Amino acid sequence: MFAYYLRLSLASLRRHPALSALMVLAIAIGIGVCMTTLTVHTLMSSDPIPWKSDKLFAVRLDSWGPDRPWEEPNEPPPELNWRDATALMASDIPPRHAAMFKSMFTVQNEDPGFAPYMVEARITHKDFFALFDTPFLHGGGWGDSADKNLEQVVVLGKVANDKLFGGENSVGRTIRLDEREFKVVGVLADWQPVPKFYDVNNGNFDAAEDIYLPWGTAQPFQLRTAGNTNGWKPENIDSFDAFLNSESVWIQFWAELPDTETKARYQAFLDAYVGEQKKLGRFPRPLNNRLSDVNQFMSERHVVGDDNRVLVGLSFLFLAVCLINMVGLLLAKFLGKAPELALRRALGASQWQIVQLNLVEVGLVGLLGGVLGLGLAYGGLEAVKTLYASNDGNDVRLYALNLPLALQAMAIALAASLLAGLYPALKVGRLAPAGLLKTQ
Amino acid sequence: MSEIGPILRALLRNKTSALLIAGQCALTLAIVVNALFIIVARQELMQRPTGLDGENIVYVQSMGFTRDFRPEAVIREDLDLLRRLPGVVAASPINAIPLSGGGSSRGYSKEENTESEGIGAAYYELDEQGQKALGLNLTAGRWFRPEDVQALPENTDQYPYQAVISQAMARKLYGEDAPLGKRLYFQNGQRSVAIIGVVEHLPSAWVHAENFPYSVVYPRITTEKFIRYALRTEPGRRDELMPVVEQALRKANAGRIIRLRTQSEASARSYRGDKAMNIILASVSGLIVVITALGIVGLATFSVRRRTRQIGTRRALGASQWQVLRYFLVENWLLTTIGVLLGSGLAVALNLYLVETYSLERLNLWYLPAAAVLLWLLGWAAVYAPARRASRISPATATRNI
Repeated sequence: MFAYYLRLSLASLRRHPALSALMVLAIAIGIGVCMTTLTVHTLMSSDPIPWKSDKLFAVRLDSWGPDRPWEEPNEPPPELNWRDATALMASDIPPRHAAMFKSMFTVQNEDPGFAPYMVEARITHKDFFALFDTPFLHGGGWGDSADKNLEQVVVLGKVANDKLFGGENSVGRTIRLDEREFKVVGVLADWQPVPKFYDVNNGNFDAAEDIYLPWGTAQPFQLRTAGNTNGWKPENIDSFDAFLNSESVWIQFWAELPDTETKARYQAFLDAYVGEQKKLGRFPRPLNNRLSDVNQFMSERHVVGDDNRVLVGLSFLFLAVCLINMVGLLLAKFLGKAPELALRRALGASQWQIVQLNLVEVGLVGLLGGVLGLGLAYGGLEAVKTLYASNDGNDVRLYALNLPLALQAMAIALAASLLAGLYPALKVGRLAPAGLLKTQ
Repeated sequence: MSEIGPILRALLRNKTSALLIAGQCALTLAIVVNALFIIVARQELMQRPTGLDGENIVYVQSMGFTRDFRPEAVIREDLDLLRRLPGVVAASPINAIPLSGGGSSRGYSKEENTESEGIGAAYYELDEQGQKALGLNLTAGRWFRPEDVQALPENTDQYPYQAVISQAMARKLYGEDAPLGKRLYFQNGQRSVAIIGVVEHLPSAWVHAENFPYSVVYPRITTEKFIRYALRTEPGRRDELMPVVEQALRKANAGRIIRLRTQSEASARSYRGDKAMNIILASVSGLIVVITALGIVGLATFSVRRRTRQIGTRRALGASQWQVLRYFLVENWLLTTIGVLLGSGLAVALNLYLVETYSLERLNLWYLPAAAVLLWLLGWAAVYAPARRASRISPATATRNI
């Protein structure tokens, strides 16, 4: 029966090619626009580390000034200062934790003729790699002592290893950062979390840094942050040590807290620390220390932009217009077909069979529209990519269709067109055949 | 217009189709009005005056990496070299690129020892050629002289003595009072500089911030391994001079990495999101108008086909071609008018939602009548061809099937 309906539907669609094309096109454009914005939105708001995002917490202390919060209504600043980051590292409550910031270097390999280039590096504690499950190609991270004392060791990202050593196993070899020698202890495989959740201060979708240095290098080499530095307090900063002792915030801090009990203990530890500091005259604001897991943090830091949300909403309104358009056209079309359908009813077809026949035709339109819409979404994403993407960031990855999204598009197309076709199909199915047959 | 009555009654007999067209028109109007409103607002944002000679400014970033790198000497040599290059109008060290998204800011006020954090403004460090290097228009006072300019490392407790500020900043601080000779306080009013000049425009680095037009310039050069210069070329020679500049500096000192960036690139990058948003909104609005128009064409075609005999009868009873055409135009006008009324309400509601959720501006209500006129025209344009076909139906059709 289904095959027969399908044949009839195809014939019916071919009878009015312009109108059928118009309906398919309307669905296709609606789906194309929706899928384009939805894909970007889905990938922007996707969980970058789903297997442990509920156990990883961004640590924030409200060390901001007394007059106003960092951000309304009462957001603590997104980063820590050196003193507090150092103090928090002394805690043994989290099984893993790391402070971190990014810095810029010129990098060279062992070859004196190598043309140096600029590279972003992350200065962090040894737990960084286990905290975020970064995959290693060769070697591994550094030990505890490199965080506490100066040890000139380095972990390379994949791109850096390709550029500096042609992709060979470079463990044990030497690179120069600002003309200081560092020994390679590990090489990462490709690791590019999207969004770059552990540091969204400069670009939510920036590429991950390509070089990792132990915390112990920061103070002896007076490494400066290449990210934001924010302060509220007028302080006289006339040396690097004065900067480290200032209230300026510039360090990201993450801790792994495996269960609610550990989290509660850690929160208590933070509050006790700030309470103690308050006695010393620091932390003028009311107690407001925040532990946000990865997804909370992404939403609190507005990783998905307002523009993106407006566009998703708009494109669904657009799809609604396409559907209303389709309901009108289908209604007109089915009413035009009414005499033929009446004849079928007179020859014994039930109302339900007529509705089924009509729905098969509608489904066919939806399917064709969905397939064409996927093609349009692909083109749309390419267009959006050229409009938005930067050449050095990671956001290129936001503009790629994947299988689940494609299936979702087909489902939306089919569901939407069946929804649009339901009323016309039912209405025509219910028409009494006698009146329609008379005129023929 | 005597046929409005019959038309309305005919529409009422076919309520669903009529409602669908009206509803589609309403949604289209609501979406297009709001999209256009956003587009115009963004366009105005992107076209604010910058006061910079945008097309002819290049920034050179030099990152020294050798351990014996002597910033002060390098800066002196570089400036000498840059200023002697034919085609370069002026060159100055600069700490941040206007409109680029990256820079330094600080709170300023007109009072001494105040508790308030004051007005947030970008601060720039330029030397005596800074005005010419950016193409700034000085409206009061004077620019810095060579002897005003201090060369100091980043961490220092020495503060500059003078400043030039932007006109918007002057107005924000002092209203109509002349700013020249006044003192500008910062660090909770504990430190101050004398205002010696005012430039018409000099925007901050942050194009989406409220403090966009506020800026302060100090006569100062920061001597660190990372140095940035602003240089202005003769009109139209920017692209030709960029490789020349790069090579000359590289040759002068190899212990560094040189990167060049134009003002246009920096501005375009900051506005990229707005421009993309506008293009997407415009395309979606265009598509929606096309879909709605095609939908009206399709429905009108059907309606004409269904009423062929009825139209023939009217013609046979003496209706002129024009009367038949008018029937369809009036019918369409009625439908789009219902759409306009519904749509205006919807547009305002949608705007209120956007205002509430995304702190957009309130809709300028003039958009609604303008959109109404457009929708009427669109409806007529769409219905014209089918209506024309209807008007050509021969009166004989009426007799054929009897």
